[in-house]
Amino acid sequence: MTFLTHFISGLSLGSVYAIIALGYTMVYGIAKMLNFAHGDVIMVGAYIAFCSTAYLNMPPWLAVIAAMLFCTCLGIIIERLAYKPLRDASSLAVLITAIGVSYFLQNAALIIWGSAPKVFTSVFDRIDNFRFFDGKLVVAPETLFTVLACILIMAVLSVFINFTKMGKSMRAVSEDNGAAQLMGINVNSTISMTFAIGSALAAVAGVLLCSSYPTIMPTTGAMPGIKAFTAAVFGGIGSIPGAMIGGILLGIIEIFARAYISTELSDAIVFGVLIIVLLVRPTGLLGKKISEKV
Amino acid sequence: MKMKKILCIALVLMMAFGAVACGGDDNGDEGAAKIKLGGIGPLTGGAAVYGIAVNNGAQLAVEEINALGGDIQFDYNFQDDEHDAEKAVNAYSNLKDWGLQILMGAVTTTPCVAVASETNADRIFELTPSASSTDVTKDKDNVFQMCFTDPNQGITAADYIADNNLGQKIAVIYNNADAYSTGIYTAFASEASAKGLDIVYTGTFSSDDNADFNVQLKGAKDANAELVFLPIYYTPASLILAQAKSMEYAPVFFGVDGMDGILTLEGFDQSLADGVMLMTPFNPWSEDEKVAAFVSAYEEKYNETPNQFAADAYDCVYAIYNACQEAGVTADMSAEDICAALISQFTGGFTFDGLTGHGMTWSTAGEVSKAPVVCVIQDGIYVDL
Repeated sequence: MTFLTHFISGLSLGSVYAIIALGYTMVYGIAKMLNFAHGDVIMVGAYIAFCSTAYLNMPPWLAVIAAMLFCTCLGIIIERLAYKPLRDASSLAVLITAIGVSYFLQNAALIIWGSAPKVFTSVFDRIDNFRFFDGKLVVAPETLFTVLACILIMAVLSVFINFTKMGKSMRAVSEDNGAAQLMGINVNSTISMTFAIGSALAAVAGVLLCSSYPTIMPTTGAMPGIKAFTAAVFGGIGSIPGAMIGGILLGIIEIFARAYISTELSDAIVFGVLIIVLLVRPTGLLGKKISEKV
Repeated sequence: MKMKKILCIALVLMMAFGAVACGGDDNGDEGAAKIKLGGIGPLTGGAAVYGIAVNNGAQLAVEEINALGGDIQFDYNFQDDEHDAEKAVNAYSNLKDWGLQILMGAVTTTPCVAVASETNADRIFELTPSASSTDVTKDKDNVFQMCFTDPNQGITAADYIADNNLGQKIAVIYNNADAYSTGIYTAFASEASAKGLDIVYTGTFSSDDNADFNVQLKGAKDANAELVFLPIYYTPASLILAQAKSMEYAPVFFGVDGMDGILTLEGFDQSLADGVMLMTPFNPWSEDEKVAAFVSAYEEKYNETPNQFAADAYDCVYAIYNACQEAGVTADMSAEDICAALISQFTGGFTFDGLTGHGMTWSTAGEVSKAPVVCVIQDGIYVDL
């Protein structure tokens, strides 16, 4: 039963990583850039949800929507102001800009919300724990809903990418930017759309993350952001199912390493596994040389 | 392109003038001879809560003392170190340029160790409100502490648990990347085994990933620990309490002074902290007259309940004030002379009654002698035991 408990917490942690990793992988697939500010968008989403419930007394579901809307706008604004002017610049310049945006968001949050941590009331506060096997296995509602949300997002995103016009143009831009433009696809709006979706997902991830681990600080997004980036690389950056599998595996490996090997070495083990995977498969688990990147 | 150039020049000019404006903003205090009392601590960054509280508490004490209009007046200057050793040394250099005579700080341990070796070389008297590691005062005759040391807390906690039969099977969750947490744990572990307590589980975390404690709590639960000792700060502690509740594990939680502040966390569900025991030198809900006066003055000025860091800082300023009075320190003395006078004062039978303890005395090693008080949290306030 202990094994199962650990497995479930790993699954839940991994689901959060997976949702964040989707943001990284989509932006990389389409704009060919690593958006290191993604982790901080999570933090902003969590703060918005916190303010909506604590100060504006919104019900939890409305707070989630408010956070998603805010982060969508934030994502589009960041893209317009910080990344669009650098569309033709070297990838190193864009990377450094992304790090700058990350610091900007962290420090802006520090000014607005202060450095004292705030405690997030879980959006599933009113739901009781779930019990299985005569109460031997207790599962918190956050855990279960995080996994469900992850599966749902994955399904919706797959349908969107594969069966809608916007999804088609995303795939086209990811495959060949120049050719897509020649075929009459508006590359700029496609990239904005990608940022919008990625940031909305970041808001959901922020709410789920802070429902399970309820303190919010300006640096809350940093470590999950890096872990999710690892997950995206692990699964093959640019591949959506890869981000999903990478995230979930990473979460499970992390929890098991902590439970059965060493609490201190868990991060070292996680990143060690990444190195081994990349040595054996340099493109990640699902990354192919000519893959359908979105 | 031209627009950009003009913009650049305008920005450069603005910065230049901005710098000049800042430089001219010094408080011109001609005539009145004031002792220059400096402070160092984190006003921004992750540990800002502590630095801000210390600055507030000290500010309040300085204002009160200056309002008394006695012979000893303080000119007070607090510098930000962002909880970073290198920046703390820079802040110290700034203070020295300003004419620092006595230093109150640094607030957090790692920066304080760095600053302490500087003040030791420069012969400037230093009293830290809250840097509790023994490394701070080690081999430095000019550095004193207002807070109790880490080993002292660990030993007291183990003694208290054993003497009051709070539990036989103990689990400990501590931060092994943090000197404060590890220092308390080490002393606790050796005292606990001397007292016959059984440490059935030890879980660690490092500050980088302090979000998930399910594994550590599950370990403590499976080992049937009746009491979980948490020698950690309140932010991870609040996560531990929330996660323990969601896995339906309800042992006695026993914290140290780092737990102080948990009730002021915005949005924290105070029912989670019900029954949590902690050691703190300062209880803002105490009925002590001095404490009540301080709390109401603090609340009026800053609109929040003071924590122990504010109280320690307030005590620091008053201890320095009393010692200066008794040793006959005046503002025209050099920092070196003040340092020598205050060292002999602090180690020569000086006693101080403050908010955080009565009859405090200091050893030549710089450690304060005052007993940690154990409180239990009930309905959102500390109740003395």
